[in-house]
Amino acid sequence: MNVLEADAKTLLAEQGLRVPAGQVVVSAAEAEAAATKLGGRVVVKAQVPASGRMKAGGIRFAANAAEAAQAAGELLAAPVKGFPVYSVLIEQRLEAAAEVYVGVTYDNQAQTATLLGSRAGGIEVESEQQIVRRAFPISAPLSDYVGREVAAALGLEGRALVQLGSTLTHLARCLVRWDAMLLEINPLILDAQGQWWLADAHLELDDEAAYRQVALLARLGASRRYRDQRSEFERKAAEIDSADHRGVAGRLVPFGGNLGLLIGGGGASLTIMDAVLDAGLKPANYCEIGGNPSVWKIKELTKLILSQPSVERLAVIMNVVSNTRVDLVARGVIKGILELGREPREVIAAFRIPGSWETEGQAVLKHYGVPFFGRTTTIDQAIEAIEWRS
Amino acid sequence: MAILAHAGTRILVQGITGREAATFTLESIRYGAQIVAGVTPGKGGQQVHGVPVYDTVAGAVAAHPADAALISVPAPMVLDAVCEALANGLKLVVIVTERLPRYDGLALLEAARAAGARVVGPNSLGVISPGQTRVGMAGGDAASVRMAYQPGSIGVVSRSGGMMTEIANLLTHNGFGQSTCVSIGGDPLIGTRFVDLLPLYEADPATLGLVLFCEPGGNMEERLAERLHAQPSRLPIVAFVAGRFADRNPGVRFGHAGALVQGLDGSPARKIAILREAGVLVADKLQHIPGLLREAIKAEA
Repeated sequence: MNVLEADAKTLLAEQGLRVPAGQVVVSAAEAEAAATKLGGRVVVKAQVPASGRMKAGGIRFAANAAEAAQAAGELLAAPVKGFPVYSVLIEQRLEAAAEVYVGVTYDNQAQTATLLGSRAGGIEVESEQQIVRRAFPISAPLSDYVGREVAAALGLEGRALVQLGSTLTHLARCLVRWDAMLLEINPLILDAQGQWWLADAHLELDDEAAYRQVALLARLGASRRYRDQRSEFERKAAEIDSADHRGVAGRLVPFGGNLGLLIGGGGASLTIMDAVLDAGLKPANYCEIGGNPSVWKIKELTKLILSQPSVERLAVIMNVVSNTRVDLVARGVIKGILELGREPREVIAAFRIPGSWETEGQAVLKHYGVPFFGRTTTIDQAIEAIEWRS
Repeated sequence: MAILAHAGTRILVQGITGREAATFTLESIRYGAQIVAGVTPGKGGQQVHGVPVYDTVAGAVAAHPADAALISVPAPMVLDAVCEALANGLKLVVIVTERLPRYDGLALLEAARAAGARVVGPNSLGVISPGQTRVGMAGGDAASVRMAYQPGSIGVVSRSGGMMTEIANLLTHNGFGQSTCVSIGGDPLIGTRFVDLLPLYEADPATLGLVLFCEPGGNMEERLAERLHAQPSRLPIVAFVAGRFADRNPGVRFGHAGALVQGLDGSPARKIAILREAGVLVADKLQHIPGLLREAIKAEA
């Protein structure tokens, strides 16, 4: 989950890191009052869970309270990077003697945790080549010297080096403490007194660790509000999935075509989508099922997919399955189609699932005049056999 | 011969009393696997399909020496279970559990590196050497496993467990048996990758060719290509790269968590080009794999 800048800064300030004075507001009038309190010269920042806000026009600089009010009003009125803006952070503007980019994250390829630093702070840092990387062990207590090595590699010296080293180590500890995937400060600003300030903060939390970060997540209501936004179609699919623990109905993503898909998950879904597009067919949706879903779950998914106005037919295609019972999927699909008052042999464009209970599944389909493809028919052959009547 | 798991491999199942673990334990025994003991803290003294259950790995291996630990515990307990296996000298750890916190995933890999052990997974369906043994649950029940997997000379390495069985089935129906098939796991952070397994297959006289199932994201295909440029393989390699459609939808995440495509890095089109440059035969369609393999092996001979 992406955490909003203001939420992330609250957490970081509690850890003793220096964050500019600021206030979250939800209206132009509030923005004006907050800017006045902060001395007028402020930054006005749209709170949306996305990086690259500067380029997208989501961050404005104001010389006085009136300008701040106007900027806040404009930001609250239009989406930034596709996200509605519910709140704006009014923040004191810092005088930078120097600014750097720093980050801490996991490098899956190198299989390490990594500190990142660059002298080129600001919006172009991602395309800059001069990035310092320092791997560190995640399971041992972290020493300050690791951060100082990065600071030294960035060419800093004296008090600024020592302070940056300890800031970096601090950020790395936060990554572990909060089960974050990424904690990025861009820019980290050095003031005239030799102190580093977190002028921005990008924090991404690990959804798989949510179960042990309950207290943290409870405080991030504004950030969670974005995560919970899904299309009606995706929300219904998730509802069906959570109503029955048996089997998995993964993400459903609408694609707009006329061929509904109920397909195997993971690598199989990728393979099948490619084959469907290669065959010149138009998928209505991406979807994945796995594990051993119940008849009810398959039935409801079938109805949901067929309920999209553009969908004319349904292809049910899986890899040679290990756990899924073919007969349960067959029953679910047939039941769903019948409940919609439609004819299975007209709706099912292809049914290919080799695996356990396939003889029983085949019998169910045969009763309704639907052909069954098993392990001697490849995924490609099953899809290429789909005759399209448009 | 085979790699990683052989007829004599003694398997310890951690989390054996779970519903899924109990089922694959029974079916693995029916397939011929030597499951010597199980561990579930608090359930020592029980039996699961005749396999004795212990409270600790230490207790289990004291009575039943084991070569491989199969981890099938809930995600929050995986790190602990792996540490326990490593501390008791297990050198092969196969993790079927998925959706681990990233911290736990990295911490367990650090621990395995320090212990000199190999981790397969997380999110792996396991390792199977057809006709010999199965560590994990690839292929489902024993009868289904025999229908899809047959002993032979082709190694299969797959980022998708389900597609591993699909490919084995395709090979079997085209006259190619398999030496060892490894489901390396669909997570972004996994212990064993293509480059780690290639030398093992090269050293296995029973293996005459390799089939790889690749997905978008990460750089393990790129790393394999680098290795092949530096040191060509004795084995013909056929690869299938799934997810070309994702190139048309950048930034949207499909399939496994590992298959996150950002920009051009890790995109299927790029992986296909890089693999071809390194001499890998890339199948445009899954069903072309046996034909490519046949030609390559003929050319080799």
